[in-house]
Amino acid sequence: MSTRGGARLWVAQRATAAVLAFCVLVHLVTIVYAVRAGLTASQILDRTHGNYAWGAFYAVFVFAAAIHGAIGLRTVASEWLAFRGTVADATMGLVAVAILALGVRAVAAVML
Amino acid sequence: MEVATLRVSVWRGGAEGRFQDFDVPRRESQTVLDAVTFIQRHLDPTLSYRFACRVGMCGSCAMTVNGRPRWTCRTHVDKVAADGRLRIGPLENLPIVKDLVADMREFFDKWARARGQFKPTATRDDEFAAVRPDSAPRREADAAIECIGCGVCYSACDVVKWNPDYLGPAALNRAWTLVNDARDGGKRERLHAVAGDAGCHSCHTMMSCTEHCPKQLSPTRSIAGLKRATIGLVLGDDA
Repeated sequence: MSTRGGARLWVAQRATAAVLAFCVLVHLVTIVYAVRAGLTASQILDRTHGNYAWGAFYAVFVFAAAIHGAIGLRTVASEWLAFRGTVADATMGLVAVAILALGVRAVAAVML
Repeated sequence: MEVATLRVSVWRGGAEGRFQDFDVPRRESQTVLDAVTFIQRHLDPTLSYRFACRVGMCGSCAMTVNGRPRWTCRTHVDKVAADGRLRIGPLENLPIVKDLVADMREFFDKWARARGQFKPTATRDDEFAAVRPDSAPRREADAAIECIGCGVCYSACDVVKWNPDYLGPAALNRAWTLVNDARDGGKRERLHAVAGDAGCHSCHTMMSCTEHCPKQLSPTRSIAGLKRATIGLVLGDDA
């Protein structure tokens, strides 16, 4: 990782942290508000199917989580598993793709 | 609690070794360095340790005292040995030369790697640089400049333990003072040197350095400043 690359990762993680702080807040408040009188899985799907606004919101959520989590796990892998350089970067990339794939699949499942 | 005798366990040997117990007479206003010096002068002259000024200026007498890195010349026994016992080892995160002497080479080499050298931009023929004491950069530098290079922060830092390449709090703190020095011409190289996996971006802001610094400096704050300063690198701005 070049020095400039390191700075980029740091900025990316900080920026996605800000996005996630907002998304998690909206996510939790929505859950508490929506289930206050009870809610079934089919009722949830009725509301989310075809709702592009929520789809876009959760797409952003998933994208930010994939970036943020992967950078954080790269550091964990570096410090605890002694992954360095290309190995650490490749691990970060794989984790990001995995989180993104799982997240996009979940968003598509409840929206489409 | 006042006790007539202090029980002092001292590390003997190198990386492999053991703690050896000594009984040291308790004295008024006794420092941990006094206790170590008593052992070396009266009980075992083969004990190796390092000190110079004895007044908290030179930064050479830092050791691990009852599990915490401390400057021993300014650490009073009655503050750290409430039960009349002291366990003294060399600084952690550094190779041991012998007994209480840690090898400081890597610590200071990292100051050089962090571009801790002042890079002048003027000659002796130029006027003195006018740096206002109340200017923001001068105040940032002032807050970090009193480092005595004792290695306590480096010994206390978990990131150093986990990542031996990490430059450490003292070297990064030094770099931050120079980033804020209006007379210095090495900012570009310095920001590149302190960014990345071995540099400021590896700091987890656990603040162990700030907690242990005997000069009450905050390397954590300096490292946070460096992180902000490197944002320019992201944008391709090398200034």
